[in-house]
Amino acid sequence: MSVDTQTPSPAPAADPGFSGDQRATTVGGAVREYADKIRGGDMGALPAVLGLIVLLIVFSAIQPDTFPSPRNIANLTVQAGAICVLAMGLVPVLLLGDIDLSAGVSGGTASAVTALALANHGQSWPVAVVVGVLTGAVIGLLIGIMVAKVGIPAFVVTLAFFLGLQGVNLKLIGSGASIPVRNETILNISNSNMNVVLGWVVAIVAIVLYGLLALRKHQVQVKRGLQHGPLALVLARIVGLALLVVAFTAILSVDRAPAVGVVLAGVPWVVPLVVVLLIVLTFIFSKTSYGRHVYAVGGNKEAGRRAGINVDAIRVSVFAIASSMAAISGIITASRLNGVSPDAGAGNTLLYAVGAAVIGGTSLFGGRGKVRDAVIGGFVIATIDNGLGLLGQEAYVKFIVTGVVLLIAASVDALSRRRRTVTGT
Amino acid sequence: MSTPEATGQPLLELRGINKSFGAVHVLHDVDFAVYPGQVTALVGDNGAGKSTLVKALAGIYPADSGEYLFEGKPVTVNGPKDSADLGIEVVYQDLALCDNLDIVENMFLGRELHRGSVLLDEPEMESKARETLASLSVRTVKSVRQSVASLSGGQRQTVAIAKAVLWNSKVVLLDEPTAALGVAQTRQVLDLVRRLADRGLGVVLISHNMVDVFEVADRITALFLGRVAADVPAKSVNHTQVVELITSGRSGEMGIAPATAAQSA
Repeated sequence: MSVDTQTPSPAPAADPGFSGDQRATTVGGAVREYADKIRGGDMGALPAVLGLIVLLIVFSAIQPDTFPSPRNIANLTVQAGAICVLAMGLVPVLLLGDIDLSAGVSGGTASAVTALALANHGQSWPVAVVVGVLTGAVIGLLIGIMVAKVGIPAFVVTLAFFLGLQGVNLKLIGSGASIPVRNETILNISNSNMNVVLGWVVAIVAIVLYGLLALRKHQVQVKRGLQHGPLALVLARIVGLALLVVAFTAILSVDRAPAVGVVLAGVPWVVPLVVVLLIVLTFIFSKTSYGRHVYAVGGNKEAGRRAGINVDAIRVSVFAIASSMAAISGIITASRLNGVSPDAGAGNTLLYAVGAAVIGGTSLFGGRGKVRDAVIGGFVIATIDNGLGLLGQEAYVKFIVTGVVLLIAASVDALSRRRRTVTGT
Repeated sequence: MSTPEATGQPLLELRGINKSFGAVHVLHDVDFAVYPGQVTALVGDNGAGKSTLVKALAGIYPADSGEYLFEGKPVTVNGPKDSADLGIEVVYQDLALCDNLDIVENMFLGRELHRGSVLLDEPEMESKARETLASLSVRTVKSVRQSVASLSGGQRQTVAIAKAVLWNSKVVLLDEPTAALGVAQTRQVLDLVRRLADRGLGVVLISHNMVDVFEVADRITALFLGRVAADVPAKSVNHTQVVELITSGRSGEMGIAPATAAQSA
């Protein structure tokens, strides 16, 4: 028998490594790796980014006067805000391979609660917002418990909530009525802009912070001999982000008032709100154990369970996150519409948000997707909605086009998943 | 090399284990021992009770009766966490890896290291994962940051085993580690199994493949219909004898008395 297999293993060298171990990649290597990844079916946000660029070019070409104007870009941004926030909240649910069909309506209920607290109970805006978000969280917990503990498919539970909560909204608001929102702070989210100087300061600070963090991470990776990309790629990312932020801030800092003598300029307040939520969620889902566990359960539930992860708690928590984010999204919508009507969050709200998440590259099969991608997807959806509106298309066209775009995105997801199973990347 | 005779104190020992699922009596008075620095092969036909015994060891199905000793001391193991705390790791046949996570993320899943109280310590985890793979002389993995989906069957097995030894475990149970592998990959995994034992770990290899068993095992424990048919040094038996033990519970003088075997048949 095989005595020869028992040669003692070579002692690890002072600098531990194993043959074939790859640590640093060159620019060429990084490009090749990315190309391999895409060919293997892992496209991430690439289709969404390309789609957004195409949409921007097409609409600008058809409507050169109205679409690319600063006023319309500002409008589009405010429209995108609510979609992005709802879509970011849906990402964790989609990561587990579940779906929340009720998120839009939950947001409507939560914003109705906030509006009632402001209008009928004379509460201050922080109290009203907290009560609204808590309403969302409680709805999410109930959904999560039904799904994880009772074992009803998420599709059915949230469909039931979708119907039931519309009834709750009717009861809270009254049919044909609407609760007006008059609170300055709430209205400012979607209707007011940051001071131009403040906007620039925030933009510059954001760029510098991102740059420092990215460089610091790279430095640590090099120093400790960890796997890292080329410095050029890190710098290119920083410059790319800086250009994007500067261009965006510059466009929104131009005076876009329709009448002479009035000044309307600056980044809408909804933008920093979306960015803060994006940063918080990105931190949770990429830098904490909880986030890692959500991805793990979405990738292989059994592996998660054996690793000691409380799978049920994770499932309940993602629904709570989705509904809480929906509440914030609902409040942003209430701010834009100056009130809450009984059909808030019904109709195409949820379709838009799911579309945004999926277009951004979140897989409906679970395990893949980033919070960041939901924001990119949200802009794609808002651009379609806004552009078609400017073209004077009727509502039916918007519905059909958005539905088709969602189907295309889901097909890309399904096909790339098939490709991944074939190539194993 | 390690002596085939059972020397010294077992690292882990089960005495008189019984386990029933309803009316089905799956394990009858099973004695099982794992010695440090040795590979103990657990063999038996389908339904002989191998998986149940492993699950009893891991605490997934606690035994109905019997003693569980670890390093000579009686312990109670009522869940996977208890066995993990003792230093017992199980590598299941389906490996339980998350395809969407990379090697480092999989190796530390559920036991992530932190900097401060919430922030994941990625540099530390990556270094530790690399050290572990290096100490096992893993040659086939290109990068510790590649996603597990892109790995071959042998590489996945390697990652699963590396995950098990990352925690200074003392006993590693491998459930059919070569079942789905090709020739070259089987070779790599068997080498790895031998290296684990050479590091002083107690290794349990569950396998249907007699060639693999004879290649790496120091001891062979054969189960037949929920009873231990034989617990012998691998050197003292041959291929045919082991097959007889597996299929009929007896081989010459070895094995279960026919009367006893008939009870459980």
